[in-house]
Amino acid sequence: MVYLTRKAEFSASHYYHNPDFTPEQNRAIFGKCNNPNGHGHNYTLEVTVKGEVDPRSGFVVDLKQLKEIMHREVLDAMDHRFLNKEVPEFLTLIPTTENLAIAVWQRLETKLQKAQLHRVRVYETPDLFVDFYGEA
Amino acid sequence: MKAHLTRRYRFSASHRLDSHAMSAEENLATYGKCNNPHGHGHNYTLEVTVSGPVDSATGMVCNLVDLDAFVEREVVSRYDLENLNTLKEFAQTVPTTENLCIEIYEILQRGFQKAHLDTVRLEETMMNSFEYAGAAEARR
Repeated sequence: MVYLTRKAEFSASHYYHNPDFTPEQNRAIFGKCNNPNGHGHNYTLEVTVKGEVDPRSGFVVDLKQLKEIMHREVLDAMDHRFLNKEVPEFLTLIPTTENLAIAVWQRLETKLQKAQLHRVRVYETPDLFVDFYGEA
Repeated sequence: MKAHLTRRYRFSASHRLDSHAMSAEENLATYGKCNNPHGHGHNYTLEVTVSGPVDSATGMVCNLVDLDAFVEREVVSRYDLENLNTLKEFAQTVPTTENLCIEIYEILQRGFQKAHLDTVRLEETMMNSFEYAGAAEARR
C-alpha cells in the first residue's frame, strides 16, 4: 500500500456561532471567534490517498485527476469565500477546523476512482491542524 | 464523527546527555558532542494530538482555550528557558528527547481530561523528531 499526499491552499473567512446558545454562551465558548463579521485564514489542505501502484503507469493515482477533483469538489467552493454564508454545509454547521476536515472528506470520498481516501488534514494556522480518517 | 486535533507549542531549553550507568569514556562514545560538560540547547517544537467525537454544539473535539491553558501551565512554563538536567524528573533519567516526550505525554495523560490524548511529538531540531503514543501505535 502506498500513500500519496497532495497539498493545496485556500483563503477563507469564517466565524463560530451556535444559534441555540445565548449571546453570552457564544462569547464564553468561542471568544473573539464569535465576531459575526468573521476573520480569515490561509488554510492548507492535505489530501492523502492510498492504493497499490499501477504496474503500467507507476501511479497510485493520476495527480492531474486528483488535482482536478480537489479543485472542482473543494477549492472552487471554499477559496476566497465567507464559509458561513457561501458554503452549503456551513449555513448550518459551525466551520471549525474539525468540521472543515469532515466536509472535505465527504466531498471527496466518492469521487476518487482508483485510490482510496486515507486522511484529510486541514491546517487552520501553521500551529493548528485536524486530521480526519473517515471514522464514525 | 471522530477527528484528531494537533496543536503546536514552542519552548527553548538546554540539556546534557550523560548517563550515571556509564563511565566517562562510554558516555563520550555514546553521546559524542551531546556529552559536552556545559550542555547545549534546542528550540523544541511540541505537537500535542488529541482526538474524540466532534461536539455537535461547538464543532470541536476540545476547546483550544482549555488545551492551551493546560499545556502552557503544565508543560511549556515547566520546561521553557530551563536546563532540563536540573529538573527533578531528570535527576536519574537522561533528558533525551525520547524521555522528554514520554514525560510530557504522562503529564497530559494524568492531568488533561477534556479529550483523549493520542500522541505527543517533539521536534528537537529540524532534522530529528520523536513521537510517543503511550501503549498505542501512533496513527499515521
